[in-house]
Amino acid sequence: MAAEREPISMDTFLRGIWRENPVFVMLLGMCPVLAVTNTTANALAMGLATTFVLLCSMALISVLRDLIPKEVRIASFIVIIATFVTIVDYAIQAISLELYDALGAFIQLIVVNCMILGRAEAFASRQPLLKTLVNSLGVGLGFTLALLCLGSVRELLGAGELLGVPVLGEAFQPWVVMLLPPGGFFVLAGWLLLFAWIKERRDHRAKTRKEATADGH
Amino acid sequence: MGTDSLGFIFLDAAVINNFVLAMFLGICPILGVSGQLGTAFPMGVATAFVMFIASVAAYGINIVLGYFGLEFLSLIAYIAVIASTVQLVEMAVKKYSPALYRALGIFLPLITSNCAILGVALFQTSNGYDFLQSVAYSLGAGAGFILAIVLMAGLREQVDLADVPSVARGAAMSLMLAGILSLAFMGFAGLGGG
Repeated sequence: MAAEREPISMDTFLRGIWRENPVFVMLLGMCPVLAVTNTTANALAMGLATTFVLLCSMALISVLRDLIPKEVRIASFIVIIATFVTIVDYAIQAISLELYDALGAFIQLIVVNCMILGRAEAFASRQPLLKTLVNSLGVGLGFTLALLCLGSVRELLGAGELLGVPVLGEAFQPWVVMLLPPGGFFVLAGWLLLFAWIKERRDHRAKTRKEATADGH
Repeated sequence: MGTDSLGFIFLDAAVINNFVLAMFLGICPILGVSGQLGTAFPMGVATAFVMFIASVAAYGINIVLGYFGLEFLSLIAYIAVIASTVQLVEMAVKKYSPALYRALGIFLPLITSNCAILGVALFQTSNGYDFLQSVAYSLGAGAGFILAIVLMAGLREQVDLADVPSVARGAAMSLMLAGILSLAFMGFAGLGGG
C-alpha cells in the first residue's frame, strides 16, 4: 500500500482523534466504553490505562514486527498486550485501591479490547516505531476523549456532579437511569446521533453549494 | 433459594446480571452479527461453547498456577486457552458448515477478543466459585448471551422494515434498541432480592 510509505505528519496523529476515532467512528472497544463511564473519574482512568497499554504494546509489536511469524501473529500480539495489561493491573492496585475496586475486572479486560488488537493488526505490525508511537498516541487520546464525552454526560445527568463536585444545584433531580446500564447505551446512541446529524448537515450544505455554482454557469 | 445454590448462580448470570445487557460484555458481536436471526443463533451457541470450555479451563489454570505461586500469569494463561478453543471451534464450523462459516466471517475468530468469555473466567475467579458453581455460572452466562443476541437480532429484523430517520440508521439505532432491552432486563433485578 502507498500509505505505508507516507512520512509522519500531523495527520498520523490527528486521524485517531477525529476521522478514525475508535469509539465514535470505528465502533471498537465498546465494552469498557459503556461499562466504566458512569463517572468522569473512572472514564479518565480507564482511558489513560488503555492509552498506556496501547502505546507500550504497539511499540513492542512495531519493533518485533519482522521477527513475529505471520501464522502466529494474533497469538503473539495478545500475549504482548496481556503482559502490559498485567503491569497496569498491578500498578493501579498499588496506586489506588479505591479506583481498582471501581473499575474491577475491566482493567484486565483491556486485553480483549478489540481496538488494541485492531491497531496492532492494521498499523503497528506494518509501520516503523516512531510512526506507530505517534499514531497510537492519537488513537489513545481519541479513545480517552470519547470515554470522557460519555462519562461527563452520564455523571452530569445521573448525579448532577462533575468529577464529584455538584454543579447542577440542589433543585436538580438526578436521572438515576443514566448511571445504570441502559444510560450507557442511550448516551452513546445520543452522541452517534449528534455526529451523524452534523455530518448530514455538512453534506447537505456542500451539495446545495455545488448546485448553486452549477446554476451560476 | 440461597445465593450459593447452583440454580441461583445460573439465573443470576443468565438474566439478573445478563452479561451483555447489564455488564456490557461482548457488545461487539452483539452489534456486528445480530443483523439476522439465522446467523445470530449459531454465533450465540459457538460463543456459549467457548465460554463453557474457558470456564472449566480457567478453574484448572487457577489450581495449577496457585500451586506454583504464579498467579500473575493467570491473565496470559486464560487468553491462551481461549484463543486455542476458538481455533478449534473455527475448524469445526469450517468442516461441518461452510455456509455458516462464510456468514459469520471475521466475527468467528473475533470470539477470542469477546470480553464476555474472558469475563466469565475473571468473574468466577473473583467470586471464588467452586467447580460446579463455575460450570453453572458459565452455562448461565452462555444462555444469557444467546438470549441477548437472539433478542437483538429479532428486533433488528423488525427495524429493517421500519422507516427510520436517516441520521439514526445503523449503529445508533442498534444502541437504542440495546438500551431499551437493557431497561427491560433491569426488571429482573428484583429476582436477586436487591
